[in-house]
Amino acid sequence: MAKVFFDHISTTPLDPRVLEAMMPYLTEWYGNPSSHIHGQGQAALRAVDQARGETAALIGAKPAEVIFTSGATEANNLAVLGAAEAAGPARRHVVVSEVEHFSVMNALIPLRNAGYEVTVLPVDRDGRVDPEAVRKALRPGTALVSVMQANSEIGTIEPVEEIGGIVRGAGAAFHVDATASAGHIPLDVRKLPADLVTLSAHNFYGPKGVGALYIREGTKVAPRTFGGFQEMGYRAGTENVPGIVGMGAAGAIAAREMEAWAERLNRLGRILWKGVAGIPLLHFTGHPSLRLPGHVSFWVEHAEGESLLLFLNLKGIMAASGSACSSNLRGHDEEDLVASPVLRAIGVPSDICTGSITFSLGKGNTEDDVRLAVDALPGIVSRLREMSPTYLDYQKQTARGG
Amino acid sequence: MAAGPYSAKVMDHFMNPRNVGEIEAADGIGEVGNPACGDMMRLYLKIEEGRVVDAKFRTFGCGAAIASSSMLTEMIKGKTVEEAREITNHSVAEALDGLPAVKIHCSVMAEQAVKSALDDYVRKHPG
Repeated sequence: MAKVFFDHISTTPLDPRVLEAMMPYLTEWYGNPSSHIHGQGQAALRAVDQARGETAALIGAKPAEVIFTSGATEANNLAVLGAAEAAGPARRHVVVSEVEHFSVMNALIPLRNAGYEVTVLPVDRDGRVDPEAVRKALRPGTALVSVMQANSEIGTIEPVEEIGGIVRGAGAAFHVDATASAGHIPLDVRKLPADLVTLSAHNFYGPKGVGALYIREGTKVAPRTFGGFQEMGYRAGTENVPGIVGMGAAGAIAAREMEAWAERLNRLGRILWKGVAGIPLLHFTGHPSLRLPGHVSFWVEHAEGESLLLFLNLKGIMAASGSACSSNLRGHDEEDLVASPVLRAIGVPSDICTGSITFSLGKGNTEDDVRLAVDALPGIVSRLREMSPTYLDYQKQTARGG
Repeated sequence: MAAGPYSAKVMDHFMNPRNVGEIEAADGIGEVGNPACGDMMRLYLKIEEGRVVDAKFRTFGCGAAIASSSMLTEMIKGKTVEEAREITNHSVAEALDGLPAVKIHCSVMAEQAVKSALDDYVRKHPG
């Protein structure tokens, strides 16, 4: 049976060239970059320096502005908590959009507990933040504004350039979570007025367990990890050398190839979009054109999300539900079965939120893969609807002309 | 079918659900759940001389909800009304070789559907 991976927004496969670059640092070069009086440590230090340069080059930054972390969650935590703390007692207000990742949203909990005020900005039906709403939310006491470059669940690209320009004038720090977008769409800090940018290696064909935070020269960030003096004092702990090398290699490849990937994925995405658009009572989510390449998301009435994913998986098609209802199968209890905050934010009625599906294509996918999904989906939807009491009622109602 | 969060039995009932459909002039109809909570089940029973002779269902929901509904219809057929009232969420989950912790509410829904359908039967057949 075919095995088609359409869940690249959750993670991407490691590029073989990245593995090749990492291998020496998992085998012969095991040195600690902080202990570089000898050859082993020197090799590790040089490798980390090179990776810092490559990661910085992906976003047009200087190498000294890039801090490696254990991933995007740690980078988001460091950005939000570190910038809020460093802003000092006169600035105790934070602004975020309603569609930020949990690693931004949940970092606000300790801030609220410490007495910070938080403004959560709404989004429109396409999931876009209105830059004018950011302007209105800003106060003299605003420490930080955090808006993602693109949303993983609905694919929408946010107007971060405009928002950055507005935030810059107010003296607050601007954080952009580029976890879903870096390495896929252009991001250049020489043009984007962002002070902090989060990157995740495994989202652009690098290894898991490594990410980075771009900290613009002069931006104040208080550390969250305490120990030695690694990563310019922002992030103590012995570096994940093979992971960092992998992130650098993946960043260098993405910088060279992202344009070609995007062109191809946009084309495949359009085929998928058109291919499923004919399914009755199907509703696309996110912005129709300002979206991540190869990202197609939608919900279908009278067919529950997890059941759709199970049947797709039985046909070898691996996709994801945008809804925590079905993704939290490993949750502790039923309290974890809540509707997706992102879908609620864009006004998807909660009684059908459970039907949300995200197809995120990657550079390894082919047109045949897309055809497989396009061919499979209508039958799966029909099969589930035939079982659904809500669809039966809907049919009776339409038959009566209601 | 080891891949995934569900037992082989759940997947079997999910892929090949038994007794999907409606019963014309059913003696008892039970409806529980709410699509807003992610699942909804409608159970139809045909009852003759105090015994369930046929059962059908329609369910909107996840894999566990569909499998619980299907298993329930198999379990309830042939039982007397009194025996049917004894069906619990535990017996449904057990018959499916267990459910993930967050999916126990699906078997609870099956139990509630039986109660709801039998209450409807009693209303329709007083005395």
